[in-house]
Amino acid sequence: MPTVALPSIGTDAAWRAAARAHLGAGTPPEALHWQMDGGGDLFAEPAAPLPEAAPVTVPRAFAALAGTVVWHRDPERFARLYALLWRLRTQRGALQDRADPAVARLWKMDKEVHRDLHKMRAFLRFREIGAPDLPRRRFAAWFEPGHHIVEPIAPWFANRFGDMDMVILTPDLTLSIEDRRVALSPGQAKPPLPDDAHEALWTTYFRNIFNPARLKVKAMQAEMPKKYWKNMPEASAIPDLIAGAEARVRQMQAAAPTLPPARAAKITERWMTETQEPPPADSLEALRRQAEGCTRCALHGPATQVVMGEGPRDADLMIVGEQPGDQEDLMGRPFVGPAGQLFDRLAEEAGLDRAGAFVTNAVKHFKFQPRGKRRIHQRPGADEVQACRWWLDAERALVRPKLILAMGATAAASLTGTGAGLLKRRGTWEAGPDGTPVFLTLHPSYLLRVPDASARARATDDVRADLAAVQARVQALRAA
Amino acid sequence: MARLDLQKRLAILSDAAKYDASCASSGSSKRDSRDGKGLGSNEGTGICHAYAPDGRCISLLKILMTNFCIYDCAYCINRVSSNVARARFSVEEVVRLTVEFYRRNYIEGLFLSSGIIRSPDETMGQMVEIARRLREVENFRGYIHLKTIPDADPALIEAAGRLADRLSINVELPTDASVKAYAPEKDPRTIRKAMADVRLKKEAARERSHTGRRAPRFAPAGQSTQMIVGADGATDTAILGNATRLYASYGLKRVYYSAFSPIPDATAKLPLVRPPLEREHRLYQADWLLRFYGFDLDEIAGTAPGGNLDLDIDPKLAWALRNRHLFPLDVNRAARELLLRVPGFGVKTVTRILTTRRHRTLRYDDLTRMGAGMKKARAFVTLGGWTPGALTDSADLRARFAPPPEQLALF
Repeated sequence: MPTVALPSIGTDAAWRAAARAHLGAGTPPEALHWQMDGGGDLFAEPAAPLPEAAPVTVPRAFAALAGTVVWHRDPERFARLYALLWRLRTQRGALQDRADPAVARLWKMDKEVHRDLHKMRAFLRFREIGAPDLPRRRFAAWFEPGHHIVEPIAPWFANRFGDMDMVILTPDLTLSIEDRRVALSPGQAKPPLPDDAHEALWTTYFRNIFNPARLKVKAMQAEMPKKYWKNMPEASAIPDLIAGAEARVRQMQAAAPTLPPARAAKITERWMTETQEPPPADSLEALRRQAEGCTRCALHGPATQVVMGEGPRDADLMIVGEQPGDQEDLMGRPFVGPAGQLFDRLAEEAGLDRAGAFVTNAVKHFKFQPRGKRRIHQRPGADEVQACRWWLDAERALVRPKLILAMGATAAASLTGTGAGLLKRRGTWEAGPDGTPVFLTLHPSYLLRVPDASARARATDDVRADLAAVQARVQALRAA
Repeated sequence: MARLDLQKRLAILSDAAKYDASCASSGSSKRDSRDGKGLGSNEGTGICHAYAPDGRCISLLKILMTNFCIYDCAYCINRVSSNVARARFSVEEVVRLTVEFYRRNYIEGLFLSSGIIRSPDETMGQMVEIARRLREVENFRGYIHLKTIPDADPALIEAAGRLADRLSINVELPTDASVKAYAPEKDPRTIRKAMADVRLKKEAARERSHTGRRAPRFAPAGQSTQMIVGADGATDTAILGNATRLYASYGLKRVYYSAFSPIPDATAKLPLVRPPLEREHRLYQADWLLRFYGFDLDEIAGTAPGGNLDLDIDPKLAWALRNRHLFPLDVNRAARELLLRVPGFGVKTVTRILTTRRHRTLRYDDLTRMGAGMKKARAFVTLGGWTPGALTDSADLRARFAPPPEQLALF
């Protein structure tokens, strides 16, 4: 039977070239024998050299699969890959059948090689073999991989340790990287490597990061099988750590609580005096601090922070929205999210003096429903509006606005007692609790939600007109 | 006080750091040092360089800068009132240890935390300096995880995010009330505000300015947090409820659940009973169901009548046993969302089922080859060559999966 002998360095490229040639020549899988160089089959008959074949197109997934499986230790790997390649000519979708025994077997081999690559990246340990003050420091390691992975892993080491030179010795191959140039040569027996002082430090770390109160030896061995231990300096500490764990935990539990050291009380006392907050700058600041501790309703729990109003203390106009949204909750400032930005734009178009107004919300904490990575806004309930009126009243008492603009049903409910029928009531003046005129309009977030474009444009025009009307009244007031 | 040698200080400061569960080195931006001018690489997937006998992965050099601390958190080994041995590293020592360990392929990078010394700003400032030296002087391109101190100056947090791959702030305990009770110097609101700040800075870094220039990257591997389980009386549903809010509010990559573990020189304030490690495991399973399997909190809560998850069987199985009217599912027809709910089917298995199903009808043996856990799944599915018959509704179905009841000791 014709035999293809593949070299142990460059196996991947050689397999691809041979497979392509035989596929082009129409050699069926059962008529071909594959082996590695020095595979030792005395009766092997070398395959006749084939002419350079035309490129073969294979599914991308096959190229990736073959690129890994060729490094597997199973001698059958080349034949299995070629058999699948042969099938793919007539059965393009074969690779997608994860339950097909031949395909499943190759994916399993793929997984085994990936795991071996991963473990080599993880468990290989370098020792320094050159002087530490060389411009390029030199390190060496001995490792025993399960599969033929030294060649495919080389770029990873070259790219990770870009500023050092290294030699990785294995029974199969020797990998040396000098000045970022990768060279492969035949493997060798384990050589003695010089001691490295950092191994003692590393083992100290390993011993101390271990928590004896949660011994899980099986979990450790599932991920770090014993076969790797002999080449890992820290592994020598394992038997000792396991043996002593239970006694250490018993000791912790048996030990009576000790008295705190003398310095503890002094440090705590100094902390208390140093971290006392300076007195509030003004009464609004004092109000905010009180509100931070508010537990009048359940909304304080899930929210990040209380969001109080902001603006000039002597503003003629107070603008009241519904509640802080996602962005407001994160930043701690009212009207900064998407609805706030829309409001700013409309205010500018309507000529409303936004900076001269005091802006706040009827409810001071964000009410939401968590949904995956987002928070879905929820309208505050009547009880929450009622509970939070206390803070809005306090803000009104401090700012004493001459006019109030209520945006949306929640603000209307808080200031006029009812939020019903807002679409009919908007654009009109009503009387607030203490007789302050309250102008009603829609909430900007409503404009963001109207699905129909023309309806949205109409509503937006309405709000803009409302804002202009409010500005006219503010100016009239100032002129008077 | 005599200065301890490096080995002893490393022992103290790694012992002090082990109660932080996080050790992930994944999810950051791809980079390497093939230019020959630096050290380190990151491929997005983490590497566990060793496992300790507690089964935990060791990926990063996880140490405290110092275990001196002015705070008095009851659950913490480093609280001011503890008599544990104290030590501190200099900036230079942490940098050296990180680089030398990295060169020997012991670690993926550094996870640096610290006790609070003098002031939050001073402590955070030194941590940022360590990260800066690693990045700018040593040209270190490995992974850096910095624990953020919530009360520190926002400018320091900003600098930390520019240098580190991940930032984390621990919420410590599941409810605000228990944080106040057991960590008197910490304020849950400050912690939440700090997490909000990290999310905002990360989002700002994604936007381009009007000239099209991208802002410098900010903590590309995101932020995470940790909750201690079993130190206070919070139920699993309360814990998961809080986690759900944290994921939604601050875009967290991970919430770590850490079973409260006995510590040396513990305070009398906390019981030294060890919560079953299984509880932590069930919480992680439920967390995964919430994030990757389309379950919502109420469905999980429905399997935990007393507020706590069933320790004997996993939460997905517990849910399926309570919702048997939905089963058995026809594997050859059922939608993805439903397949994800079959105990024994993982996300990968479901994807494989869906691709293969397009070409042909699946049979029982196919599922085994695709990696499905048929021991659990077989009671809940039907397909070519298999029907569970009365098994789905059999009264002893739970008993087939739960460990046998243990005879209580008489004495």
